[in-house]
Amino acid sequence: MQFSEVVNESFGTLFINKLRTGLAILGIVIGIGSVIALISLGQATSQSVQSRIQSLGANLLTVSPGAPNTGGVRQAAGSSTTLTLDDANAISNSLGAVTNISAVSPEVSRRAQVSTGSANSNVQVIGVTPAYAQVHKVQVDTGQFISARDVDGASKVAVIGPTVASDLFGAGSSGVGQQIRINGQIFKIVGETVSKGGTGFGNQDDIVWIPLTTAQRQIFGINYLTAISLEAKSQDVMVEAENQVGYLLLSRHKLRDPSQADFSIFSQQDILNTVSATTATFTTLLAGIAAISLLVGGIGIMNIMLVTVTERTREIGLRKALGAKKKVIITQFLTEAVILTFAGGIIGMIFGVVASFLISRLTGAPFVISPTSIALAIGVSGGIGIIFGLYPARKAANLQPIEALRYE
Amino acid sequence: MMITISNLSKIYQTGDVETVALDDVSFNVQKGEFVAIMGPSGSGKSTLMHMLGALDKPTSGKYELDGEDVEDMSDDDLADIRNRKIGFVFQAFNLLPRRTALQNVMIPMIYAEIPKEERRQRARKYLEMVGLGDRLDHTSNQLSGGQQQRVAIARALVLDPSIILADEPTGNIASNQAEEIMAIFKKLNSQGHTIIMITHEPDIAEHAKRIIQIKDGKIISDHKNGVRRKARRVN
Repeated sequence: MQFSEVVNESFGTLFINKLRTGLAILGIVIGIGSVIALISLGQATSQSVQSRIQSLGANLLTVSPGAPNTGGVRQAAGSSTTLTLDDANAISNSLGAVTNISAVSPEVSRRAQVSTGSANSNVQVIGVTPAYAQVHKVQVDTGQFISARDVDGASKVAVIGPTVASDLFGAGSSGVGQQIRINGQIFKIVGETVSKGGTGFGNQDDIVWIPLTTAQRQIFGINYLTAISLEAKSQDVMVEAENQVGYLLLSRHKLRDPSQADFSIFSQQDILNTVSATTATFTTLLAGIAAISLLVGGIGIMNIMLVTVTERTREIGLRKALGAKKKVIITQFLTEAVILTFAGGIIGMIFGVVASFLISRLTGAPFVISPTSIALAIGVSGGIGIIFGLYPARKAANLQPIEALRYE
Repeated sequence: MMITISNLSKIYQTGDVETVALDDVSFNVQKGEFVAIMGPSGSGKSTLMHMLGALDKPTSGKYELDGEDVEDMSDDDLADIRNRKIGFVFQAFNLLPRRTALQNVMIPMIYAEIPKEERRQRARKYLEMVGLGDRLDHTSNQLSGGQQQRVAIARALVLDPSIILADEPTGNIASNQAEEIMAIFKKLNSQGHTIIMITHEPDIAEHAKRIIQIKDGKIISDHKNGVRRKARRVN
């Protein structure tokens, strides 16, 4: 008996019981569909988080003041006053020694009350130099960023993020050329940045940038830095750059042992790695949940096939009496099971892709369908057919023709 | 010799209880015979039918069908023997529901791996032979009992088997249609087909040329049919 005929025969049988076939398939459709949709959701989340982190600046190293541990107690980042503008200048002036850094951005960052005549908002105010824009990949939409002259002259100018602009001046207005008060002092807005699309805590659009000197002397009244951001020349030299900066600062702070460091260095890559690992776990978890529904679907198929075998006992007996060998019967029932799961797999895949697409449209996450998840879904659905179809098929093939013919 | 059965026994074991269904049975059937096997229920005639049909293996003894020893074959070899050498006609017809007459007749040919085009032609030919040329595409529930049994006969004949094995072929059929079925069997026999028919109805057995009576797993009589027929007519 040719295989194509077995397939034909199986389609015929499945077609006769449309409702049952449909219900059996449904389990697999839901299983495969949710595997694909959830893996895609996980990957989309991972990609969007990664791209957002990268948008904060590529190859970014951040030096924060304060030891990671002081007497076993972790200090809040930025609470220490050990980092100074001289440290930042030392890094940029010793660029011969620190070979892998392309830009240095000294920063003072605090929250402050920002107001216009009619509106006010509590935002992150960061004192910066022009290098900030390069290191953090900040682009100016209208106007200009903080210039070197602004820093030298401690000018009272500010650049605002789009969220600040809409909070203070209403949606759609840039506010460039207007005046705002920061902790009571009047600043002129000279630029507005392009949105980075962040939300919630650490929103990169809800920031006011002012010259570093102005921030230190006139707003916060401090002479230290809360961070030095560095841009490494490439991703490959991040570790080397981190070490070079670390040793330079240790020697400047007259410390011999890295464990006594009164500063700490984070690399963007560290954060990215952590986030990637987290989202990978998240994706695996989702896929695992979906796999359970797939397993349930497979058991559904086995159940239906067992019912089918019992129901068709006479037919099987007759086929054996008329000359069907075991192999033919096994093949026939196995083919039916695989057709069921495979059809379920294909339909489930379509549903999964459509669901992923809808999710990406609704959440604004990227639309990611990995070929592996599709190959996996199709392979797994076929495999489920074989695994869960084999027992019923063997049961059918091992029926004795007389017993089967007698069965009522 | 078409069938040689020698010292055939079948013992069923249910727990500790042994049931002897066939007890040392021996007989021969020649090509072209029309044999009726008769006996009351529980006599062992169904067991004998299963042995003859290669549906079950004997406990001991020999069964040679058309030159092949059947008693020690594997399940798959038995399937092959059933396919090539035996044409079954069952009491309950055993047609596949929701399939047409043509599809039902084609089933044995699928397992014999006969090319698709030929299957159709042959199935049509045999259905025409049993007088169902105008009902090829009727499904079994659209056919009467007699018509269904004629489809089954076409199915039994389609691979030109060595013997036709009929198990109570008229048991589920109205009596006027039963006569038609027996007429077909007689015609087939006159064309040279070997037919073995199991029945408990004397007037159906009358159509056979030879009658074997079986009781308690043993053959109690085996004779040509002519004598009996005369006796009945006198009655």
